[in-house]
Parts: sequence; C-alpha cells; structure tokens
Amino acid sequence: MDTAPGANPATDPHAHITVRNLTMAYGSFVIMRDLNFTVRRGDVFVIMGGSGCGKSTLLRHLIGLNEPASGEILYGTESFTAAEPARREQLLRRFGVLYQSGALFSSMTLAENIGLPLGLYTDLTPVQIREIASLKLALVGLKGFEGFFPSQISGGMQKRAGLARAMALDPDILFFDEPSAGLDPISSRLLDDLILQLRESLGSTIVVVTHELASIFTIATNSVYLDVDTRTMTALGPPKELLRTGNDTVRRFLRRGESNGAKGAP
Amino acid sequence: MFDRVPDGTLVARLGGPWHLHRDMPNAAMVTREIEAGRPGRLAFDTETLTAWDSSLLTFLIDVGELCGRSHVTVDRNGLPTGVQRLLELAEAVPERQGARQEHVVPPWLARVGDAVLRARGPLLEMLGFVGAITLALGRLVRGKARFRLSDLFLLVQQAGAEALGIVTLISFLVGVILAFVGAVQLEQFGAAIYVANLVGIAMVREMGAMMTGIVMAGRTGASYAAQLGTMKVTQEVDALTTMGISPLDFLVLPRMIALCLMMPLLCIYSDVVGILGGAAVGMGMLKLPLRVYYDQTITSVHVGDLVGGVFKASVYGVLIAIAGCLRGMQCGNSSSAVGDAATRAVVTGIVFIISACGVFAVLFYVLGI
Repeated sequence: MDTAPGANPATDPHAHITVRNLTMAYGSFVIMRDLNFTVRRGDVFVIMGGSGCGKSTLLRHLIGLNEPASGEILYGTESFTAAEPARREQLLRRFGVLYQSGALFSSMTLAENIGLPLGLYTDLTPVQIREIASLKLALVGLKGFEGFFPSQISGGMQKRAGLARAMALDPDILFFDEPSAGLDPISSRLLDDLILQLRESLGSTIVVVTHELASIFTIATNSVYLDVDTRTMTALGPPKELLRTGNDTVRRFLRRGESNGAKGAP
Repeated sequence: MFDRVPDGTLVARLGGPWHLHRDMPNAAMVTREIEAGRPGRLAFDTETLTAWDSSLLTFLIDVGELCGRSHVTVDRNGLPTGVQRLLELAEAVPERQGARQEHVVPPWLARVGDAVLRARGPLLEMLGFVGAITLALGRLVRGKARFRLSDLFLLVQQAGAEALGIVTLISFLVGVILAFVGAVQLEQFGAAIYVANLVGIAMVREMGAMMTGIVMAGRTGASYAAQLGTMKVTQEVDALTTMGISPLDFLVLPRMIALCLMMPLLCIYSDVVGILGGAAVGMGMLKLPLRVYYDQTITSVHVGDLVGGVFKASVYGVLIAIAGCLRGMQCGNSSSAVGDAATRAVVTGIVFIISACGVFAVLFYVLGI
C-alpha cells in the first residue's frame, strides 16, 4: 500500500475523519476490509474505485447508515461508531449529505426541504427560515425556485437543491455521493466549481464518492482507491501524485485503462 | 449442407438469409455429422450466405461448444469477418465464476424446513418494528417526536374525507346484501321486521368496522407502503436519518395517528350508511314504513354494540398503518419492490384485520359484551 502524506494519522491534530481497520460486510459477504485513512480538515477527499467496489457503501458507513462489521470511525478524536444514539444524532447535525438522486422530500417545496432541519434544530422564526432557504438556493443558482416541488425541476437542479439542503445547517463536513452521475459534462463541471467554492469560502471538509476522472483531478486534494479485486484500499494520496507514484491498478484507473504513457492522463 | 474433404475436414455450408424471426437451425444436426464421420476439423463455407444476425452467432457458439467437447478444431476462416470479430468479442471475457446462477430444486422436505426457518426472520422483524413504534409513541407522549403538523393534516384528509365515497358505496351495498339474505329467510316466518335487527346489529357490531378496515387496507395501507417504499428507493429515508430525524417519528407516526383518528369516524359513518341500505330493502321489498324500521333498529342496537364496533375500528386502523408502514420500510431498492411492498401491505393488513376480528369475537364472548 502507498504511504502518501496523511496515511499515518493517529496523532495528526488536523485529522477530521479517521477510519481505523474498517471492515464492511453485508452479512457474511465482505465488501472491503482493513480500510485505514484520515481526512484532514479542509480536504476535498475523493473515494474512488471501479463500479460496484463499495464506494457508496463506505460513504454510508461514514454517515452512520450502515454499521461496520469491525473497526472504527472517528470524528476529530471522538468515536462515531461507539457513540450513544443521542450523541450520534448531534454529530450527524454537523454533516451535510448530498445523495446520488438528490433525495429531496417530494411532498415539500424546495424552501420547505431546506427549512426542515432549520425548523427542527434552531429557534429561528418561519420568516428567518424562509430567508435562509432563499439564500442557500441563491448560492446554488436556484434563486426564485423556493415554491417549486422537486418533481417540477430537472435532475441537475434537483442535485443543486439537494446541495442547498445539505448546506442548510452550515455543516463542518459535506458528503457527496456520485455528484456528477446523470449530469451532462457542463452541469457536472459547474457542480465541481461549486464544490471548490464552498470549500474555499466555508472551509468545510468535503468527502466525495466518484469515478469521474475529470472531477477527481479538478477537485481532489487527497484520495483513496478501493480495489474491487483485492477487496481493500490499494492507494492513498492526491490523485496527481498517484498518477506518478501509485501502483499499477490505480494508475490504470486514473488513465482510463491505458497502463503506461501519458496519453490518457489529463 | 455438409461436405467431407478427404483430409478429415467437415465443411458446413451455410446459405441463405439467417434471421432471428425465421426458425433457428438446431446444432444437433452438426452433432450427428460429427458422430457419424469423426472429423478432425470443422470448416465453414459461406459463399451462398446472403444475410445474418444473432441467430447465426448463437448457432456458431453452440457448434463451437459441441466441437470443443468432441475435440474437433473449428476453423473460422470461412466465416464473414464481422462474424469472426463478434465471436472473438463474445469469448474475450471468460465467464465469471459464480455469475451463472444454478437453480437446483431441493427435495420438498428440505423446502418445507427452509420455509419454516425463513419465517423466523420476518416475524422477528415485525416484532422489532412494533417495538420501535411503541418507543416512538413514547417520544410522542413526551413531546419529543418530530413531525410536521401539516403532513398530519394532509394524511388525515387522505384517510378521512377522501375515503368517504368508497366507504359509502361498500357499506350501503353490505347493508343491502345483509337485508336481502335476512329478508328471504325471515319472511317465511312472517318476521320481516327483524331484518332491521339483523342489519343494525351486524353492521354496528362487526361489518361496519370490518368493511371499513378492508377498504382502508386496500386504499390507504397500500398507499402508505408505496409512499414509504418510494422514499426508500429515492434515499429520502436515508436523508431523514442523516438529518437526525427518525423516519419512524417523521413518517410512520403521523400515518398511524391519522388512521387511528379517522377509522372510528369512518366506522360510525359506515354503520349509518349500512343501516340505510337495509332500510332501502325494508321499504322497497318488505314494504316496511321507514318510521317502523327506524324504531326497530333503535330498540335493537345498544350503545355497547356501537362502542365495541368503534373500538374495533380504531384497532384495525392501527393494524393497517403498521402493515402499510412495515412493508414500506422493508421495501427493496427497485421499482418492482415498491409494487411488491404495496401488495404485501394489503395482504398483511387484511390478514391482521381478520385475525383481530376473530380474537375480538372470542374476547367479547368471554367478557359477555
């Protein structure tokens, strides 16, 4: 395994998310084993790998939707895996998650979608909540769409609205599950730009699951590669470095299957 | 069709158009030729071949496998280049181990055993779900459960006012049917007036609650399962969870409350409409004056009957909501799973209602109600 910067994180004061010896399994079927990595504060951390290798499952573990078969996930120095349900709920409030399909609540307008967590966790008045919802929608380029229902807007807009909702509580960490899936190249590029802007202006830590090479090279400051054949991670480090120093499988992945030469490299 | 060349080569002549919508030749005739002549090599002559599609490829792959088994070399040079390339493509990736699922049917005793063992899981899951709902109700009582009142009002409207039409129709017809069945028998004794007792007691004690329950299981239970199932497929349930909102509080509780509130009202309404149905038969067929029918009904039906019926209805309401929400939350990740969830919700709901009805019958008898 590569030991790129940040690979040995136990004492790193900037560590935001630490994954220790994580093994993921559905019943007795092991998906990935022995995952060890650290996401540092302010990173754009990309989880990459081939289709069906368990990228999204890893994300589900990070946000507590699946329980690890073994191992541990820490936020800061606090164990998320061992946290009491009430404490876990508090930690969850500091996350924002953008799901693959947007996962907007279809029975609510965009403003209500964004206002839902605000109404539950803050003492803001309905008017203030509406103002904040409008602001978040404006940030993702959906000014004026407050009263629309998710079914009335396009897929790309749903994703952006989902992002607005994920940002509702000004989270410390934003998780993106396949942000560019189902988007045309331009929309997908715009979303990448948005991610970078968010990181620069809000300083959030960002974790992205994707296999889009263009996105990976544009946004990632660090990454982990999950290998479907060996069922573990085989590379850790910034993608541009992995392109030079990584092992064969990750280089092949980053070059769209061309095992050597600079032909496919951006 | 087949030529034999002296050096031990079998030449298969493929001619004419090969189309999927025509009949596909069976590879068995090649087997016969191979067994008859024991050639060392199989070649193809496609001079008269006019058109081909997947039917030719499938045939050639079959032939290839046959030849592989009987150690005959296949010479593909005589085939069109397109066919050669596609065959190479089909063979480029070896079959993944375990990708092909073998269907072995175990003996019936083993199947029965498996089914019994498998029944344990869903049963535990159901109990766990009921337990989780109980905890959610506890949070509701302590004012900690989070859901939107506007959602609840919408659900109340859907489960209440919007169900009136179908409940009216079914209840009226049930009243009419009961009256007809009773009238034919009772008229023989000249006791036609007792149709009012029969219809009144049957509707108020049993049929009002049960028919409303069954209508609502088919209507609202299925819709709950489909709603929650779709929300699972689109990851809305996940989104709630990661917002720190319990889907049980936010989605299941309001649905249960809505049904639990509306079922008793619908049941009373259904009782009245059923009795009206009976009265229609009494007036039309038995020539009983409405006043007489009304008085007879009032004297025969007691408040206890009504309370019992309404109580049953609210229990059915809870059961329908549990069945609908349970099946919705168990829904898999595809659109066909949503359909399954809706079907299973209706079946489970009706089974729950009929079982509860049986339990109530025994219980009320023992308690002397």
